[in-house]
Parts: sequence; C-alpha cells; structure tokens
Amino acid sequence: MPLDPSSDIRRVVAGRVEEIPPGERKLIVPFRGRAGIGVFNVNGDYHALRNLCPHKLGPLCTGRVSGRPEAVAPPSSYAGEPEIERDGEIVRCPWHLWEFDITTGQCLVDPKMRVKTYPVAIEEGEVVVYADPADLPPQPPSGAAVPATMARGRSAE
Amino acid sequence: MTATATDRLAQIVAQGVIDADLNVVVPSSADLFPYLPEYWREQINQTGFKGPGESSYPASAETSARPEAKPDGGPAGSSLALLQQQALDPWGTEIGILTCAYAVEAIHNPDAAVAMASAVNDWLIAEWLDKEPRLRASIVVPSQQPELAAREIDRVGGHPGFVQVYLPVRAEAPYGNRRYLPLLDAAVRNDLVVGIGFGGSPPNPPTPSGWPSYYMEEWAGMASIFQSQLMNLIFEGVFDRFPALRVTLIESGFTWLPSLLWRWNKEWKGLRPQTPWVRRLPSEYVHEHVRLTTQPWDAPPVEAQFLQIIDQLGSDELLLFSTDYPHWQYDTPEEALPPAGLPDALIAKIMRDNARTFYRL
Repeated sequence: MPLDPSSDIRRVVAGRVEEIPPGERKLIVPFRGRAGIGVFNVNGDYHALRNLCPHKLGPLCTGRVSGRPEAVAPPSSYAGEPEIERDGEIVRCPWHLWEFDITTGQCLVDPKMRVKTYPVAIEEGEVVVYADPADLPPQPPSGAAVPATMARGRSAE
Repeated sequence: MTATATDRLAQIVAQGVIDADLNVVVPSSADLFPYLPEYWREQINQTGFKGPGESSYPASAETSARPEAKPDGGPAGSSLALLQQQALDPWGTEIGILTCAYAVEAIHNPDAAVAMASAVNDWLIAEWLDKEPRLRASIVVPSQQPELAAREIDRVGGHPGFVQVYLPVRAEAPYGNRRYLPLLDAAVRNDLVVGIGFGGSPPNPPTPSGWPSYYMEEWAGMASIFQSQLMNLIFEGVFDRFPALRVTLIESGFTWLPSLLWRWNKEWKGLRPQTPWVRRLPSEYVHEHVRLTTQPWDAPPVEAQFLQIIDQLGSDELLLFSTDYPHWQYDTPEEALPPAGLPDALIAKIMRDNARTFYRL
C-alpha cells in the first residue's frame, strides 16, 4: 500500500507473516509513553489494535484471546446448548476482563467503547501496519521529521 | 391532620390508590375446617395443631401489629370489617392486594403443607375475595415442594381474584435454584406475579453469618436476603428462562437497590462470559421484571434525597405504594402521605399507576 506523501501515517513492519501464525499475536513498538500496537492473526487475517483499553487504559492486547460464550438460558434449561461463538476473535483486557472484537475494535459489553484500530497489509511476505504516528515512538533522527503536533486519538480509518 | 394534609390526602384519594401489600391472618386452624377434607380435620384434632408460624407475629407483641387492628377474639389482620375501615376506606383504596404469610413452608409433613395451603387459598376466596370486590390476593403455596406448589397454583390460579403467588424471602435455597423452576413456571403460565415477602421459616438462619440475637437485626437485616434473592434470580438466568416473569419484593425496602445496580452493571461487563445467558445489563432485568413495595419506608426524610433515589434507581416505575396493614410499621394516611412537593406524576405512579400496569389491574 503506497503511502500518500502528504499523510503522516507511517508504515511499520510488524514481522514476517510466519512470525504471527493463526491464533497468535505480536506486540510491536512498545516504547516509553506509548502503549504499542497488538497485531493479531485471526484465522489467517491480520488485525492491529492499539494496546490501550479505552475503559481504563489497560494493556488490552496482552489479554486472553478466546471466543464469546453465548446462551439463551443455562444448560439445564435444554433451551439449546451454550456455544462459544467467534472463537479466536475476542480479546479480553487483562485488567477488567471486558471483551473486544479483534476484527473491529468494538467493545462487546459497552457499545460506547471502541479500541483504536489500524489498517494492516501483507506486503512481500511481511505484515505491515499503517499506524498513526501519535501511537509510535518518535522517528529516529535519520528518518522523516516527527510531526510537531501529535494528533492523539486519531482514527487511522 | 392539618388542612393542607387533608387537602393532599383528598386529592390522592380522589385519583385512586392501589395498596400493594395488605396482610391477612388466618385466625386459627379451626377457621380452615370448612375448607379442609375430613382426613385433615381429624389429623388436626388429634394433634392439636395450632397452625404454623405462630412465633412470627406473637399476638401480644407490640411489634406484631398496631393495637387498634386487633379485632375482639382474633389476631390483627383477621377481620375484613377492620381492614375495610382502617386500610381500604381511609385511603380510598381502589384495589388492595392481600398477602397471607401462613407459613406452610414451615410444615414438615409434606402432605399437610399442601392441604393447609389449599385450605388457606379457599378461605381467602370465600372469606375475603368473594366478600370485598376491592381485594385481590396472593396464592399460598408449599414452596418447599415446588412441584406440589405448582399444582396448587394451577388449581386456583385461574380465579380472577388471585394476582400473585406469595413466597417468603427466607428460603431453603434462593429462588433461582433449579428446584424452584416448576413453581416459577406455574406462576408464569397462570399469568401471576411472584411476590417475595418479608420473613419465612426455613431451617437456615436469617443472615449469611449465622443467627442474630435481636429483633432489630432480623427486622432491618432482612434487606440482605432480598438482595441475595434478587441477585440469584438475575444471574441464574431466571428472567431469561421466563421472559414474562414478574417479581415484586414486598416489605423489602428499596434504597439499597441503586448500589447493587451499579455494582452488578459494572461487574457484568467483565464477568458476563461466566453467565452468558445474562445477555443484558443486570439493571435492565430489574427495570423490566421487578417492583418493590414502599413499606417499610426506608427512604431518607428529605424530599430532595428521595428524588435522588428515584433517579439512581433509573426508573420511576419500580415503587408500589403499600400500607403493610396491619403491621406495626403500617402508617395511617396522615402519617404516610408521600413527601409534600413531589411531582404529581411521580405520586400518581407510586400510588396507583405502577401497580396497575405491573399487576394488570
């Protein structure tokens, strides 16, 4: 995905695709003052979320990945077997166990909450995240200038 | 009563009042004889059985009832004429809902418990419902035997005077327990509210930490049992199994509820996967399925604070006016008028409309 020169979105290589197999995740760019980004492989599709829970700013992307138990009634009601839906698509923040949809960033127990997401592309065997510079460490001196104003909370979509 | 209070009472009475908690008492086992099969009359004569729950409201105790509510030769709450004069007429009560805490759950002979419950229900029909069209009543059931309780609900539940099944809040197990499903199912299929009321005589103590020593502890502490029951009903998924189930907490108090709603809603967000059948915020189940009677009134004395509690409850449709006649916390109209200055719409809801909607009166 070519970068628009006028954009301050930055291309970050998370790793080779084989480094993040299905069901796994990799936390990238942890840096002082930045939460980092969690890159998840959900059934072959890659998704990137800011590692910052919108609830109380916990390290969301380090939480347990699972499915979502769903039931219309307790098992003994015989109203239908409880099921685990969307296995591998849900991450639970380790602080307060709130559930988030990895594929959209939507919080599943509070419709007002959503974690920031970033576009991901596979380019020449590499998992590439197109990240908001506000969520990245400053550019090294050899790179492009760091924007003077870091737009916190911008959506990359 | 001051002129202003008289005017306010007249205004409320003119609009109509629904009293969601009037207590009736079976005067003696002998009064049930017309409603008992010969076999059980003989058993009672042989054993000298006086009836269950004698110790709950000792006739001579000041804490049982207001003295003027005691008819000659009978316990308070056993006289229709006094109930009419003291509870229905002064309030202009349009409809009053009777509860009879005849403690059949304390009768260990299971067949006797069923027989006595049936007799009380037939007595309620003949001595109260048939004689006073303003009254509705709650079905007495042997709650310790939910299957048999369900049969009793089916037996009398079609009578138009019965609007509720009465369960004592103290129980052998919380009412969301699987064992009670047949009972709750029967209440729902008969379109009856489940009224969970103060007291009960199970073998376990009235606090989770054991037996208290004094009346005050059991009296004011009963709120904790209501809390446990309500929490259990929600998280066992009872309201998900029975979307039409309606529950009224009777003599529970209500100011404790906001703090639990906050806590449940907060914790549900993390713990939902452990009870996935609880698919909505716990407070939503309360708002849809649960009501609470107002007496004994545990609200703050300051009107503005009462309005805060209504706000914190998240709904002005949860509270049902009740006198709790003839218990000692029963207030006469001049004592129990809602705080002056509350919005008329709120007073109308509490005094009448909430109960009319919930009980479909």
